[in-house]
Amino acid sequence: MDAFLQQFFNIDILMEAMPLLMRGLWITAQLCVAVVGLGLVGGLFVALASISQRRWLKYPAIIYVDIFRALPPLVLLVFVYSGLPFAGLNLTPFAAVVVAFLLNNSSYYGEVYRAGLQSVPNGQREAARASGLSETQTLIHVILPQAIRNVLPDLLSNTIEVVKLTSLASVVSLAELLYTANMARSITYNATPLVAAALIYLALLWPLVRLVSRYQRPLAI
Amino acid sequence: MDRFLATFFNPITIATYTPAVLEGMKITIILAVAVTLAGTLLGLALAMLRTFGIRPINFFIIAFADIGRALPPLVIILLVYFGLPGIGIRLSGPMVVFIVLALTLAAFAEEVFWAGFTSVGKGQWEAGIATGLGFPVTLSSIVLPQAIRLAIPPLMNRILAISKMTALGSVVGVQEILGAASAAQSLSGSATPLTMAALAYLAIFLPVALLARLAERRFAWKI
Repeated sequence: MDAFLQQFFNIDILMEAMPLLMRGLWITAQLCVAVVGLGLVGGLFVALASISQRRWLKYPAIIYVDIFRALPPLVLLVFVYSGLPFAGLNLTPFAAVVVAFLLNNSSYYGEVYRAGLQSVPNGQREAARASGLSETQTLIHVILPQAIRNVLPDLLSNTIEVVKLTSLASVVSLAELLYTANMARSITYNATPLVAAALIYLALLWPLVRLVSRYQRPLAI
Repeated sequence: MDRFLATFFNPITIATYTPAVLEGMKITIILAVAVTLAGTLLGLALAMLRTFGIRPINFFIIAFADIGRALPPLVIILLVYFGLPGIGIRLSGPMVVFIVLALTLAAFAEEVFWAGFTSVGKGQWEAGIATGLGFPVTLSSIVLPQAIRLAIPPLMNRILAISKMTALGSVVGVQEILGAASAAQSLSGSATPLTMAALAYLAIFLPVALLARLAERRFAWKI
């Protein structure tokens, strides 16, 4: 029992590692803002393309979504970070993570938006068009607010996944929370920093997970 | 164009490393199937246990599902892989990946099945019990089949998302596709193995993605 506490809940080591972890947490926060923001915007365009009447827009969007849903994000990340330099494209770790996760997230957010857009009855669009709104105005003022409201829990649950995903950035040596924790572990030969990182993720995400469960709507019958 | 092809689709590199990537595919498939089976069954068992409404047990089930959904799997993988040897428990890389991903999937699957159970009309439960079937039989022969049908589309998406996380194994030395390709990339000094890895993942998981799409259409989304 004592060995267990020494290895996983060592207060001295926690105190030592804390400043490092906080710096990592700050990078994680920046990463989350960039990745979630871009994913939300990119996903909207993917969704609009995938329900478009124009075939040259619709089918590429669907193929895009399926390909990036099938590729593990870590594979994308490693490809962008270690593969693209061979083609003369050198990205910083931060930029590589943002690019790789934009590809991955925009397809996941795209699917959520698509479900939302399709949940708005067609009569809404027809009524808006008939009352003189343009196609763009209809989308912005009538369709999107309802579509987004309908899939709010799914947007939130996907955002939780995206935040968890940022931990993969540690693999390409971006000094975010998990990277700093793992570095502290290898210096101290003690797992306490990793436990601390896990507890920080838990403290950030548990309330959101609860919220998602709260608003879980009944499954479609 | 030639340079692009030579960088990402070098035929000699492809020929050299195809056996390694195929071997990696085998490990990826075995891990993914094992995670899917163990995670889904454990999640289903927990969700069924939760329908009995025993408070202390439900408290632990809910806590497990919440924690499993809130923690990034890579954090747990590193914690288990590097932390447990310090107290004398040494697990192999594939074993760590299997345990962590199966538990993660179980947490999500429990939530999905539970949503399925609560979506089945209350009248179904009442009718089953009123006709004298008793709680366990009502659960297993009336509610369960309906709940599973409801749970399939969201569950498929989770299975896809979590089984492809077997790529995280490359971080703890598992020679699955990405691990094999990364090794090949540093040996060959070429990006081609990474392209091969991407194609190998697509070969395995694109059919799953299409199946998930099909399931979604079959059990169409209603709000």
